[in-house]
Amino acid sequence: MSLRRTTLTAYRIVTQLRHDLRTVALVLLVPAGLVGLLAWTLLQRPGQFDAIGPRLLGVFPLTVMFLVTSVTTLRERTSGTLERLLTLPVTKADIIGGYALAFFLVALVQSVLVAGLSYTAFGLHHLGWPWRPSLVALLSGLLGTAFGLALSALATSEFQAVQFMPAFILPQLLLSGLFVPVSDLPAGLRQVADVLPMSAAVRALQPTETLRGATEQTLVMVAYVVGALVLGAVTLRRHSK
Amino acid sequence: MNSGVDVQHLGVIRRGRAVLRDLSLRIEPGELVGLLGPSGSGKSTLMRALVGVQRVTSGSATIDGIPIGSAELRHRVGYVAQSPASYRDLTVEENVRYFAAMLGIDSSDADRVLELVDLSERRRDLVSSLSGGETNRVSLAVALLGEPQLLLLDEPTVGLDPVLREHLWGVFRQLRDRGLALVVSSHVMDEASRCDRLVLLRAGKFIFDGSPSTLLSRTGAGTYDGAFIALVKDTA
Ligand SMILES: Nc1ncnc2c1ncn2[C@@H]1O[C@H](COP(=O)(O)OP(=O)(O)OP(=O)(O)O)[C@@H](O)[C@H]1O
Ligand SMILES: [Mg+2]
Repeated sequence: MSLRRTTLTAYRIVTQLRHDLRTVALVLLVPAGLVGLLAWTLLQRPGQFDAIGPRLLGVFPLTVMFLVTSVTTLRERTSGTLERLLTLPVTKADIIGGYALAFFLVALVQSVLVAGLSYTAFGLHHLGWPWRPSLVALLSGLLGTAFGLALSALATSEFQAVQFMPAFILPQLLLSGLFVPVSDLPAGLRQVADVLPMSAAVRALQPTETLRGATEQTLVMVAYVVGALVLGAVTLRRHSK
Repeated sequence: MNSGVDVQHLGVIRRGRAVLRDLSLRIEPGELVGLLGPSGSGKSTLMRALVGVQRVTSGSATIDGIPIGSAELRHRVGYVAQSPASYRDLTVEENVRYFAAMLGIDSSDADRVLELVDLSERRRDLVSSLSGGETNRVSLAVALLGEPQLLLLDEPTVGLDPVLREHLWGVFRQLRDRGLALVVSSHVMDEASRCDRLVLLRAGKFIFDGSPSTLLSRTGAGTYDGAFIALVKDTA
């Protein structure tokens, strides 16, 4: 892996995004917009937004970044540019690293926006420290990117890649504890829910979670990000059969 | 160092079908070889095998003495895939500069190759706003970056007008005279006459290897199209 090729690849991806401002605007604003909408719907029910809002900071960035990453990488695979890159002195880690770095920057801006707006304009009070929701929102975005990179290997068309969203995201949402607390889930499901990446994000932002517990959940998310990035590099094949 | 291409009994099986069968071929530096054959005969597969993105199931091949697929070969071989491989949401120049950076060469080389393929004027345009032939030339520019010893060009002149085609064949001949080996695939038989040597592929096997004039005399055909049809039918 070369730092130079990784940063230049990240720079190339950011340049691509710069030529597509509509996508950038959607990626950056949709999570914040959704949290704002939620705050609005709960306006007549004091306290409720403080209970639910923080946890959604762990859900929306993941979803948005998962979609945008899987479609972008799939396009790289199907357009022939990935194959072309792999005929050059470029390693798979350079490419995956470039994507991770570029979308890390996007997720960073996105998380600052969503957490910043939540604590100011949308009137979120809980948790005291805005850095924790910001960090978890950032990691949630990175989780989306890392899994988007890993799973796009399984898709052969953009249509399939989009279908991965309901298949990959929605089950995690159901099991994340947002609707039914994880501790109330039937035995088999509870074990599954305990290890899902989105559950870690939601739990880290649960108002009742201790700082220690939240730190643990944050580390789980970091481990998932690293694991999925490695998986993404492994599933990138140099040859076709 | 520079010893050309050596293919020995190369075979490729894709999804249980033999796509390339027992191919052997030597290409010397300074040779301009036309790779011809009906659609589906395996021209692209052969090039993709040489450039290391298609798994070879039997036999072997080397480029400048180095086994195909080796990392050392990656800055020695320029390649244009059949379908253009460029980022449509980047400008022409951004594309070429990125690939130059990945090759580890100075980005000023981008100016030279854009001049060669006659795209200097469109350098600030997004690839998505180019015509089909212009888009192909972006890929060609990328293949010319650096100092490749071998150029594998899969139908590089598709969609180009006669003037531009003439110009590019002039570029290919110049590169050959500088000692590069070039393999250019094509459907257009008229282009055959511009090569030093023609190799015809049919159903994954070589059915002819010789000069354009030999192709005409062997088949007794008056045109290259006629010779192609005669050969393909003859060996069916
Ligand atoms: N992805 C693939 N999976 C399985 N078989 C494939 C694949 N791509 C091509 N083939 C098969 O390999 C054979 C050779 O294809 P190839 O693309 O090399 O032909 P070609 O000579 O380049 O044709 P054309 O002139 O149309 O470009 C064809 O029979 C094709 O069906
Ligand atoms: Mg082909």
